[in-house]
Amino acid sequence: MSDSAVTATQTANPNAINLKKVLGPVHVWALGVGIVLVGEFMGWNYSVAKGGAYGSLIACWVIGLLYTCVAMIDSEITSTVAAAGGQYAQAKHTTGPLMAFNVGIYLVMAYTMLEAADVLVFGDLVSIGAGELGREGVDPKPFVFLAVAVLAWLNYRGVFMALSVNFLITAVAFFSIIILWVGVQPFSPGEITQHAEMLAIVPLPELSSVQGLPYGWLGVLAAFQFGTWYYLGIEGTCQAAEEVRSAGRSLPLGTMSGMITLLIAASLTWWICAGMLPWDYLGQALAPLYDASKMTGSNFLVVLLWVATVFSAIASANGCINDASRAWFSMGRDRYLPQWFAAVHPRYRTPYRSILFLIPIAVAFGFTGLLAQTITFSIVSGLLGYTFMPINLTKFRRKWPLGSIKRGFVSPMHPIPAIVLMTLCVLTFFAVFLGFGTQLFVMIGFYIFISLYFVYRRYKYVRRGDQFTMAWPKPQGY
Amino acid sequence: MDFWDILQYGSWAVAALLLLWMVADAFMVSSQFTEDVLTSSQEGIDELAAQQQAHNAGKGS
Repeated sequence: MSDSAVTATQTANPNAINLKKVLGPVHVWALGVGIVLVGEFMGWNYSVAKGGAYGSLIACWVIGLLYTCVAMIDSEITSTVAAAGGQYAQAKHTTGPLMAFNVGIYLVMAYTMLEAADVLVFGDLVSIGAGELGREGVDPKPFVFLAVAVLAWLNYRGVFMALSVNFLITAVAFFSIIILWVGVQPFSPGEITQHAEMLAIVPLPELSSVQGLPYGWLGVLAAFQFGTWYYLGIEGTCQAAEEVRSAGRSLPLGTMSGMITLLIAASLTWWICAGMLPWDYLGQALAPLYDASKMTGSNFLVVLLWVATVFSAIASANGCINDASRAWFSMGRDRYLPQWFAAVHPRYRTPYRSILFLIPIAVAFGFTGLLAQTITFSIVSGLLGYTFMPINLTKFRRKWPLGSIKRGFVSPMHPIPAIVLMTLCVLTFFAVFLGFGTQLFVMIGFYIFISLYFVYRRYKYVRRGDQFTMAWPKPQGY
Repeated sequence: MDFWDILQYGSWAVAALLLLWMVADAFMVSSQFTEDVLTSSQEGIDELAAQQQAHNAGKGS
């Protein structure tokens, strides 16, 4: 790299209070898988109602391909843009302020809404647990409030402890799926699992002629919307970029190992549930893995899966608080939002004001009880972010070709992952349109509105030169 | 009042206490440090790399 041609020449201020670099690949894994794993315990199964059990399996793998592309692209760019804010910081460097502002808001919305959905589910699980112990009518709201407060406090006090806790509870939740899989005797088909019987789904004659697909291929496409639940949030690993000790190594390692973990967990989850629960029940169950554990007749598995379901919801909310606050903080630092949000706690080295500010929003949505709407807000915000990623990688490779800057990871087979990702995003948008068309248009309207706000009211405050912080050579063509 | 009632009231109380602690701490920090110091964090600065460089330079001299 030519020293004379760097775009940014930041010098470290010895008195600056920065975020603390204390994380390793294990924490990155815990952040990514922790956010997502709740989707294995609930939510993915709504894809069965759309496309049948086979439709859900196709969605599981096709959407798995979408997220593998996301993980590869993110790993390459984030291993060079080691900044809080993740994709927001990437967009700022590769595309421009308006795109960066939008990506930042997608991130905050995706994670805050997912956090609200997680604590909402946590409250419901406690209420259901109380009901099963003979006490009906327990109000979930105090538990929603408690979960947000405890997790926000944990995040406020330091990222190392917050993500170490996430590692433990995520590992318990993941291994509970493995234990359940072993418990349903996978090597003795027909003993506990009944795949032959459960998967013999008769198609509706007016909609489908394909055996096993009740609503035909359109149903399979519609299942893509809920297929995202298997993996939604793995891209959140990028938000840890400024706090990992070695971004170039830890982020690709944590993200890719997280993606492999999720592909295993998703496939096992589908296999267990599709073989134990009839598809028409599975398509509307609240907690299908917990229901499958009940079918085994083992009290140990029932208790384990209840605990694991609660842990997965908590781990997800914990990771979401971490990610939403980093994105908000990062936008404040560049004055895309008031700079007040860019404060770092001098003792705990966390973005404490951003953590505090987002608490009431998560609690308010958690109190609504509107799980489907809240999670759709998260899914669409996430999808908009994924749609930007192929553009992001293409611009990144054009402006800084391989060899011009040091990359911790190089996404293989470029541009194939970018093309595949863009195609699958378009298909998934169509799937969301089929299920939640009105909400999709409302949300697009919301993002257009905030874009106008940014252009006309906020952009004048942005630190236009200072926001380009990476010591890279001048981009090609400039 | 049964166990579940106590648990619900307890949850409200613990959550409120934690939030109050965080808000009080945030006010205290704001009163002890200037805004310039609190918002002084820099993107793209690798403290660990700088420390390592300083360490290597020290060894070399």
